[in-house]
Formats: sequence, structure tokens, C-alpha cells
Amino acid sequence: MLKMTANILRTLFSKKPTRLYPIEVRTPFEIARGKLVNEIENCNFCSICALKCPSQCISVDKKAATWTCDPFACVYCGICVEACPFKCLHQEQAQRRPAYERQILLKKGLPH
Amino acid sequence: MLKTVIPFGPQHPVFPEPIHLTLTVEDEIIKQALPALGFVHRGLETLVDKSDFHQMVQVVERVCGICSMIHAMCYCQAIEEIMAIQVPQRARYLRVIWSELSRIHSHLLWLGLFADSFGFENLFMQFWKIREKVMDIHEATTGNRVIVSVNAVGGVRRDMSSEQLQWIQSQLANVKQEVARLGPTLLEDYTIKKRTVGKGIVSRDKAYELGLVGPTLRASGIAQDVRMLGYAAFNELDFEPVLGTDGDCYARSKVRFQEVFQSIDLIGQAIRKIPGGEVQVTVKGRPEGETVTRVEQPRGELLYYIKADGSKNLDRLRIRTPTFANIPALVTMLPGHWLSDVPVIVLSIDPCISCTER
Repeated sequence: MLKMTANILRTLFSKKPTRLYPIEVRTPFEIARGKLVNEIENCNFCSICALKCPSQCISVDKKAATWTCDPFACVYCGICVEACPFKCLHQEQAQRRPAYERQILLKKGLPH
Repeated sequence: MLKTVIPFGPQHPVFPEPIHLTLTVEDEIIKQALPALGFVHRGLETLVDKSDFHQMVQVVERVCGICSMIHAMCYCQAIEEIMAIQVPQRARYLRVIWSELSRIHSHLLWLGLFADSFGFENLFMQFWKIREKVMDIHEATTGNRVIVSVNAVGGVRRDMSSEQLQWIQSQLANVKQEVARLGPTLLEDYTIKKRTVGKGIVSRDKAYELGLVGPTLRASGIAQDVRMLGYAAFNELDFEPVLGTDGDCYARSKVRFQEVFQSIDLIGQAIRKIPGGEVQVTVKGRPEGETVTRVEQPRGELLYYIKADGSKNLDRLRIRTPTFANIPALVTMLPGHWLSDVPVIVLSIDPCISCTER
């Protein structure tokens, strides 16, 4: 009957395992796959990211020099980052914050 | 005595996922139980028509959140078998480490849910608190917390440094200590034993006849573990399947509890033996042929059938998940028990409905 008592006492006098999210946020891990960022000035609009993406969340228009990403369809797998031949894509450590409305990420660069 | 039919689920506080049971009861004693499925079918197998065989890795990861890494590993092993790809030895060991981490966090999640099914909220929170440490290891080594997205055809996408491997060992020593502290409560507490011992018994012969898999089968005393086939690097590691004898809810919880320690030990062995070298080989060409691969998921044997016709899309993908094999056990376990024992007995097979319906 009293087998849990020792655990309860230990928990009572130890540090809280929870935190007051979102006021208190844990430092992200070094290789955490978070928000996808495209440094558009280095982008060649080659469309490899769009072709490799398993969730088809990226679309590229070479003529108009636009790179569009639907962050709500992105699954944060990092395939596009690994596939990018110009290394203009990277993922930040922090996750995208929740939003009230669906947003489309549109970046416009210079046509090549 | 008048018969009453009680619909149990699909929305029920005790079920993490939707499964419907039509229970025929006589004076609160169950006479018949009929399961019904189909609430979370997503048609993931048909996505082979749309996604190419590399992109399907990310699709099959989403068959199940808890064992996503093992689904992807099974799929990649199947494609590697068709294309005769030699996966680097280091990648095989890393697959063992991540798949055993999945097993630990799945079993800790289940132990918590099982405690919740008989109303032991405190024990539920204790197990889930420990599970967070394993999730942190996932995030620190793969970049993602749940759907780790670390497998690729031809190896793994992330490598671990020796510091990270040491850190994993120290974290898991901590996990082992904390889980061991909860052992006496789960396995010796009078109230818990009252709810689990002798409930939902499946005899050894019946378990064999029904074709059960995983801990549900091992708790009935049959030493069947697909890891013994030696996929990934399991052929170089030393382990024996954890066995129970009684085949009741208590035996099933004990088998899973001990498997947590077994997985921690396997990760320790893998870390000691891991060789250096590459973790991924470049894959060229397209698969052509068909194969069946089996791996051991936390819930039991997982089977993938793949048929490829040489194009970038696969011809056919068929997944058989462990819960599909274990649901027939429910039909035989439930009759004769009180209605109040239904949550405990249903959870004792560790049902994963999103896996089953895909």
C-alpha cells in the first residue's frame, strides 16, 4: 500500500519537472529541426527542394524568381536542407510559433 | 438474465485512440465483445502512387507516431533488400540505438496509460516524466522529438559523436534508476495486483493459435521476438526475449516493464560495439522486385510487403501492424470479466489504432 510513498516524498522535495510554457522555454538542442529559412539571395531557383519535399509544401517559379513555402504543410524533416545544392536553405533551432491564420511564406529574388 | 448491449468507444476517456467495442453484458459480466475499426483510416498505403520511393520514408514514418523510426527502418530495409544495397555497419548500429530508444519511450508511455486505466494517476505521471528524458535524447540526436525522420534508403541521416553516445549512456543510467524505483509499485502493490492478476488470461496454446505477436505473446510464455532474426545489428548483440508465464494483464505489464531494462542494456551494448565509418551510402537507380521484411516493434512483429516495378513509384505497399494481429485476443480475453475490467484488459494488448488502420 505504501510502496509509492518514497516516490511521492522524493518528488515533493525535488525540482519541478514541468515549466511554465510559453513564458519559460527550454533552450533548443543544437541540431533541432525548426523553422525553415531560405536565404533568397543565394537561391538559384533550381526546384530541387520542391521536387524532394515529401509533403509538397515548397513551390518554385524560376521565371518569376519566387520561392513559396507553406509552413503549415511542412513536416520539418530537413530533406530540402540536405538536398539544396547552393546551401541557401537552413533550419533554425526554434520551432515556428502557433498562428491564428494560415500564412504562406513567399520570397522573391532576382531572376537569373 | 436480460442481455444488454453497451457501445464502448470510439470516444472513451481511457482510449488514446478510437476503437469501438460492442459489449454484450449480462449483469455486468461480459458475454461477447465485438471490435469495430475504421475511424482513423488515412489511406497511407495508396500514397505510393503519388510519392516516390525516397519520399515514402517520410510517409511511412507517419503511420504511427510512437514507433515512427521502426516503420521507416522496416521500409528502408525492404528497399535496401530489393536494390541489394550494403548499409554501412555504423548505420546499422545507429538504427539499433534509435529503435531501442523508441521501444523504451513506447513502453514508458504504455506503462503510464496502463496505470491510468485503473485510475493510478500518480504512477501515470511518474512514467511520463521519465519518458521525457528519452524524448530529449531523440531531439538531441536526431533533431526531432517524436517523428525523428532519421532513416533514409541506404543508411541513416544523422551521425552521433562519441560525446553524444556517452551522454546517452549517462541519461539512460538515470532512466534505468528512476524506472526501477517504480517497479515495486507496479509489480507488488496490492491494489494494482487486484486489478491485473488473473484478468484477460490467454493460455500459451490459445496465444499460438490466435497468432499473437510481441509482448502479448511473450507474456503467454512463447519466446518469439523478431529481433532474434538479427536484422540491423541485432545479430551482434547478446539478448534473450523477456518471457512471462501466466498470460494475464499482470504478466503483460511485467514483460513490458522488463523490456525497458532490456532495451537500455541493448543500447549500452551497441554503444560499446559501434564501429566508425560512414553512415549512409549513395543510392542510384530504382527498385525492381518484391520483398517482405519483418522487424520487432514495441507492440510486436511489423511486416512490410513491397512490390516495385522499376519506376520511381512503388507498385504496391502493404503494412501489417502488430495490433492487427493482437485484436483477436481481445475477443477471447473479454468474455467472463466485469465491465469495469474492460479498460485494463483492452489496454493490456497496447492497442495502436492509427497503425492498424494506416
